[in-house]
Amino acid sequence: MSEILVLVEQVDGEVKKVTLELLTLARSLGSPSAVWAGPGVTAEAKAKLAEYGADKIYVAGAEEIVGYVVAPKAELLAQLVSAQSPAAVLVAATAEGKEIAGRLAVKTDSGVITDAVGLGEGFVAEQSIFGGGVNVRSKVAKGTPIVAVRPNSTAPVAAAGAGADEEVSVTLSDAAKSARIVERVKQEKGARPELTEAAIVVSGGRGVGSAENFSVIEGLADALGAAVGASRAATDAGWYPHQFQVGQTGKTVSPQLYIAAGISGAIQHRAGMQTAKTIIAINKDPEAPIFELADYGIVGDLHQIVPQLTEEVDKRK
Amino acid sequence: MNIVVCVKQVPDTATERKLRSDDKTLDRDAVDGVVNELDEYAVEEALKLKEAHGGEVTVLTMGPGKATETIRKALAMGADKAVHLFDDALHGSDALSTSYAMAQALKKIGFDLVILGSESTDARTGVLPAMLAERLGTPQLTLANKVDVDGTSISVQRLTDYGYDKVEATLPAVVSVVEKINEPRYPSFKGIMAAKKKPVETLAVADAEIDAAQVGLGAAWSQVVDFAAAPPRAAGTIVKDEGDGGAKVADFLASKKFI
Repeated sequence: MSEILVLVEQVDGEVKKVTLELLTLARSLGSPSAVWAGPGVTAEAKAKLAEYGADKIYVAGAEEIVGYVVAPKAELLAQLVSAQSPAAVLVAATAEGKEIAGRLAVKTDSGVITDAVGLGEGFVAEQSIFGGGVNVRSKVAKGTPIVAVRPNSTAPVAAAGAGADEEVSVTLSDAAKSARIVERVKQEKGARPELTEAAIVVSGGRGVGSAENFSVIEGLADALGAAVGASRAATDAGWYPHQFQVGQTGKTVSPQLYIAAGISGAIQHRAGMQTAKTIIAINKDPEAPIFELADYGIVGDLHQIVPQLTEEVDKRK
Repeated sequence: MNIVVCVKQVPDTATERKLRSDDKTLDRDAVDGVVNELDEYAVEEALKLKEAHGGEVTVLTMGPGKATETIRKALAMGADKAVHLFDDALHGSDALSTSYAMAQALKKIGFDLVILGSESTDARTGVLPAMLAERLGTPQLTLANKVDVDGTSISVQRLTDYGYDKVEATLPAVVSVVEKINEPRYPSFKGIMAAKKKPVETLAVADAEIDAAQVGLGAAWSQVVDFAAAPPRAAGTIVKDEGDGGAKVADFLASKKFI
């Protein structure tokens, strides 16, 4: 079977869920090879990658791969593409993943497809564009298909691969070492899952009314093990930090469940959440466009409904 | 400092955007064009850097004839001059071709710093800044929410999933900025009038030494196989809260096995 490279996303040595999704997807199209870029690989991480189907695990453990912005990872992948001639390269469609894909495409003279929500035979990718209004199927016409796949595009399913690991050394060009990362600043984010990766997202909008009231949204999110999002109206008002904005100019999420509380559902917001599998809307305005998307909607005051829902969720756990 | 800010005209998000049935590209004629919102932050950042360090701000746009509206807006905000990369041969270019054509134009214009918005609201690929850095062989300082220049040194705060990275490099460099890095200024009446007199140079493919075989729809590295309007979501159940709304949502969540 033809080899498919999957760039591993990890935090402190722990493999992220999106990588398991990518391995699951790669397995349906060929033989997945995981690519670990940077130091910190552990036996547990390798076991996890093998458990989800990695037949090979390339480990490029040099510190300098993570010491510079994006370019070293693209050079590592380009080197593997040249040496192994894989059928395709899959990366997670995170902001950085897409940048890696872009540079890799230039380096290998290959086509790139971003934000795929599905991938089928012949590496035909499905995308949802224009705020979810149009579905497109695209394919790469030249070179090695490079596809950035959105988190939550498929459910991760374990199926053991051979998991043979192989050390890879990479010689970085001077150009790849031109943007030095001199400090990594980790901001407190608590125990909540990452917004773009979360299976459940609870978002608040204008109807929340104040920064203090976002505790209501956070309470429901914590009861469900969800991430918290916010509409642009809420972040513009300063009620919630900007990095949690869901929408056209913010984050795009594609969770199993999206709960929109006090969000009217303007196109700018819908562009960031329309591919969610199940959508629940809570809004006091029965005419709010968010109800057009909702699988289940409640017309009423979120300040009554959300705390009651949180209590019910806690009760039924 | 010679700053080039790349600006794209995109269809107004509030209008219905369509793909053309003939060549499966975005129908740009059918909709009103506006400045890509994230590029306004790029223009503002360029103007602030010029105000602090001196130099010149050049607007670079690739797009059809009507993209001049977008150029005028950036000039009205305060940019000094503009280059419009405009050639029918460019129609249908994908991200790879676009980055190639833009890189050729940038080499011709010359720059210390290239600034872009982090993505466009139409294609939303977010790959162009990284591709430009790759093609130009310059440092990639992307997803910045803070930019500081000191002589030939530049440092940015690059947004990450966990917070931010502090990144340093030496000019020339490619920077992309995120929303809210600054508060873009509104063009003043004086600025709008002045913009009409500012020089706009039009570059065709040959002028920028762009190989026509490497751009346009025919050269695209990726192709649209087919497309269709997204099927409308099945109508959901909408109920009015009668005091038990929270419990009802919980019932729905339980029926879907979320709890």
